[in-house]
Amino acid sequence: MSELKLMKGNEALAEAAIRAGADAYFGYPITPQTELIEYLMNEQPEKRTGMVVLQAESEIAAINMVYGAASTGKKVLTSSSSPGISLKLEGISYLAGAELPAVIVNVVRGGPGLGTIQPSQADYFQSVKGGGHGDYKLYVLAPSSVQEMSDFVEDAFDIAFKYRAPVLILSDGLIGQMMEKVELKPQKQRRTDEELIKECGSWATTGKTKDRERNIITSLDLQSEKMEARVHRLMKKYEQMENEDLRFEKINCDDAEYLIVAYGSSARISQKAVEMARAKGIKVGLLRPITLFPFPKKQLFELTDQVKGVLSVELNAGQMVEDVRLSVEFKVPVEHFGRTGGIIHTPEEILEALEQKIINNGSIKHHKTRESSIL
Amino acid sequence: MEVLNIIKPENQVFCKTKLMTDTPLSYCPGCGHGTAHNLTMEVVDEMGIQEDTIGVAPVGCSVLAYDFMNIDMTQAAHGRAPAVATAIARTWPKKYVFTYQGDGDLAAIGTAETIHACNRGENIVIIFINNGIYGMTGGQMAPTTLEGMKSSTSPFGRDIKTMGSPLKMTELVAQLPGTYYVTRQAVHTHKHARKAKKAIRQAFENLKLKKGVSFVEIVSNCNSGWKMTPNDSNEWMVDNMFPYYPLGDIKVNGKLK
Repeated sequence: MSELKLMKGNEALAEAAIRAGADAYFGYPITPQTELIEYLMNEQPEKRTGMVVLQAESEIAAINMVYGAASTGKKVLTSSSSPGISLKLEGISYLAGAELPAVIVNVVRGGPGLGTIQPSQADYFQSVKGGGHGDYKLYVLAPSSVQEMSDFVEDAFDIAFKYRAPVLILSDGLIGQMMEKVELKPQKQRRTDEELIKECGSWATTGKTKDRERNIITSLDLQSEKMEARVHRLMKKYEQMENEDLRFEKINCDDAEYLIVAYGSSARISQKAVEMARAKGIKVGLLRPITLFPFPKKQLFELTDQVKGVLSVELNAGQMVEDVRLSVEFKVPVEHFGRTGGIIHTPEEILEALEQKIINNGSIKHHKTRESSIL
Repeated sequence: MEVLNIIKPENQVFCKTKLMTDTPLSYCPGCGHGTAHNLTMEVVDEMGIQEDTIGVAPVGCSVLAYDFMNIDMTQAAHGRAPAVATAIARTWPKKYVFTYQGDGDLAAIGTAETIHACNRGENIVIIFINNGIYGMTGGQMAPTTLEGMKSSTSPFGRDIKTMGSPLKMTELVAQLPGTYYVTRQAVHTHKHARKAKKAIRQAFENLKLKKGVSFVEIVSNCNSGWKMTPNDSNEWMVDNMFPYYPLGDIKVNGKLK
């Protein structure tokens, strides 16, 4: 039975993980995602569903615990925030290389370095351009509400198991910390070991039975031809993700003359800026990528027939704007607006940036320095 | 008499366990890894637990352990095998979970994972091959390299003033309440191999009790890394490694000896 509750984003995600029938969570405290492990420890999911929750000695240990459980076909997740995700990247690369299903949550804070504990979207590059070593990508879901923090957990597990690949939920300190109404999904039964073996027995290391060859989980191929075949296999998965599992949302785009592209909390704030613009008679639309990889390239390109300029609104110094520019292939001007350091832009600032950079500056130059693109 | 006439079941006194595959070992001739693999698989075979055994391979010479051991295995990132094994043991509490790690993997890069898995008392077996050197990358200094011992990154011998002392990981983990059985063995003679097998068997039997980590160190040779013949390396090991890394049980049934 679904249930309506007022919850923090981090808590909603934790509760959704239990309800999604997750088998295990391994994590390490770091602001602003700590409520996630605190909530889980407090809920004692071992008693509720049999789900294992363990506080690891480091983010590195936590992601390798995820690797261990995932290698046996278990539904497993971990969460952290930016510096912690940096530590996990080796393990994430191994998960991708060994083709294991797992869910990783990043409640992003400002960086680089120890940075700040305030919200940020400065991990866009890290999330969609690899991050760890080697030729791999992550399927990246970007929630923009507490409801989506909850809903995306099950979606993420579905994608992870469909492709046998790690999936990232890219949230931020704002969505993680704020409280909203959330409709929780009913409790899903955890798979029994027998069900798991039926589903994952062809590859998972659950113990070699007489009726099959041994299963091996590894990302190592010392023969170049085999390694290349593995990379090609991964690329094929990513292609399939682009064809089958791209997600985006178009808001007020039908008659739009100008376009804002924004994800996560930036999309939430931009939506208000769109309303304010329309109240002034400026026809602005919002394209919200829900998956950051795959990215709605085609949809963005198609809009260039209609819009005069695009503003990429992000809580960073200009990261997604590069993908926006690649997508529109320089057919229309593209500019970036973003605040950093944990400062959250206001709808007024966004509208002002749109008017200054796009509307009043019709002939936008692409040689603008990055500094000047930040107010 | 033709060879084929001799190979008959009634003449057989010993055979390789079916839990070792026919893949030729990638180890240097004379290396102790092959024996340690074989003993581990013999134990799994004799206990009849192949279906319930999940192994975790390290990074190092034994990274390809899964090519030789005929059981389900997961290959972990460098040093992280105890974390990987922790999760498997926690989510599959009825399985026999073990790691097989070298000294670079377990005692250098994986120190935190080793200490904490032992401290939490995870229900796993850790088999630790200590040959005092990084074998796979070509003979660099390990945390376990003896004082004065030459390696490609300590070409004038390990200077403990600048490089630290050889780390006795096994004595260290024995201090933790989470370890139930801690022992140090060797496999260079039949006698030692038999004792080592007994220790590995004990370690796997302990998993039924769910009392914590069973930790079996095997002091081994690295004739290639030490730049010696296999025989010389074994003699050198007896003369130099054993005094610093003495063989025998350190902790039994949760009690220090």
